[in-house]
Amino acid sequence: MIRVVLPYHLRNLAGVGKEVQLEIQGPLTQRSVLDTLEEQYPVLKGTIRDYGTKERRAFLRFFVCSEDWTHHSPDDPLPEAIATGEEPFLVIGAIAGG
Amino acid sequence: MSSIRVLVGTKKGAFILRSDAERKDWTVDGPFFGGWEIYHLKGSPVNPNRIYASQSSGWFGQVMHRSDDGGKSWKTVGNQFEYEGEAGTHQWYDGTPHPWEFKRVWHLEPSLTDPDTVYAGAEDAALFRSTDGGESWKELSGLRGHGTGKFWQPGAGGLCLHTIILDPENTDRIFVAISAAGAFRTDDGGKSWQPINRGLRSEYIPEPEAEIGHCVHRLAMHPTRPNVLFMQKHWDVMRSDDGGDSWYEVSDNLPSDFGFVIDVHAHEPDTIYVIPIKSDSEHYPPEGKLRVYRSRTGGNDWEALSKGLPQENCYVNVLRDAMAVDRLNPCGIYFGTTGGQVYASADAGDSWISIADNLPKVLSVEVQTIL
Repeated sequence: MIRVVLPYHLRNLAGVGKEVQLEIQGPLTQRSVLDTLEEQYPVLKGTIRDYGTKERRAFLRFFVCSEDWTHHSPDDPLPEAIATGEEPFLVIGAIAGG
Repeated sequence: MSSIRVLVGTKKGAFILRSDAERKDWTVDGPFFGGWEIYHLKGSPVNPNRIYASQSSGWFGQVMHRSDDGGKSWKTVGNQFEYEGEAGTHQWYDGTPHPWEFKRVWHLEPSLTDPDTVYAGAEDAALFRSTDGGESWKELSGLRGHGTGKFWQPGAGGLCLHTIILDPENTDRIFVAISAAGAFRTDDGGKSWQPINRGLRSEYIPEPEAEIGHCVHRLAMHPTRPNVLFMQKHWDVMRSDDGGDSWYEVSDNLPSDFGFVIDVHAHEPDTIYVIPIKSDSEHYPPEGKLRVYRSRTGGNDWEALSKGLPQENCYVNVLRDAMAVDRLNPCGIYFGTTGGQVYASADAGDSWISIADNLPKVLSVEVQTIL
């Protein structure tokens, strides 16, 4: 099982706590994590990635093992620490507004 | 006994204000969807307990909700808004072609006859329809695909379809308005559309009387007289007596004919309301006085209504979807401000009370009359 940490508003929308656990089939990549997340919580479709293009929404970022993976290819393999659940995959909302 | 529900969409959530028919004492429930922009909520005229809500966010995009118990509980419904076929381009601010991109739903218009059917006006401008209670959406692409679509340009607030009016006497006729493209009408249920902007004159476009390019802020119609339309344009209050085929100006003695809202009295088709705003550069009321103006003659002869409204140091705005009327007698009038106040009049505008203070910036106000 891998661990995914969601921002506040998406937790409320999905009706979950800070962290969800996912079983990923096949290669562990950002794409497979987000595909599985949307499959398990359909209400999140369109909220992290554009519904049609699957492009990341501009004000969201993905942090992995203390690194910003936002601009990595969505098909890059994620580190072993994510696969074992030692580290969570973080979906972060940009700090902005007022 | 009758009661009133006021549905308020704000920059940081939705609120529902309730009162009995006296409309003196109000309760405020909310925020619902706290922290999200709620551009619009509207109830079905067939089943008032069914309410649709457009929830959006710069971070997380568009989410849609539906309530089947008058706003006590909400269910997430479909948020897949995809342009039909090749999306194509419209004009960008600098005149270059820009791909059509879905951003959010500005306005929801439930069907007059079927609680499962609801229309959604989107940015970038398009009209969508759901026939399954909001679970799925399909574009009525004849509007965007109509010949002038590639020349539409956004206003400062975006290329938004913000007004949808369904003709109660002719189910095939729908009016919409888009900033800054103008007003459009279909007479065949949305398959084909025509611009209805003859008579509008806008000095801010190269050809002031062009077929499209007018920044229409809001349209209003009385349900018993669907051929008569009223319009608050960027500048100018306009009227049409022929279903939008032609327009003439009825601003006359208003202190400013710039503004956003316009609405019609529930029982007097010739009594209309606007809230003048000083100018498009200032976006607050003239002289710092918040005044609703009423015409009982369908335009041209306007009277200021100020009793109960702030008459000094008031610099709020009232946005295009933030005025509504109830169906009681005397007719109730409601509007919300960018300062977070919601004002109500239970006597057709003669006097006003604040029914909510200190809400987030109000984006929309709708009223349900529960008989």
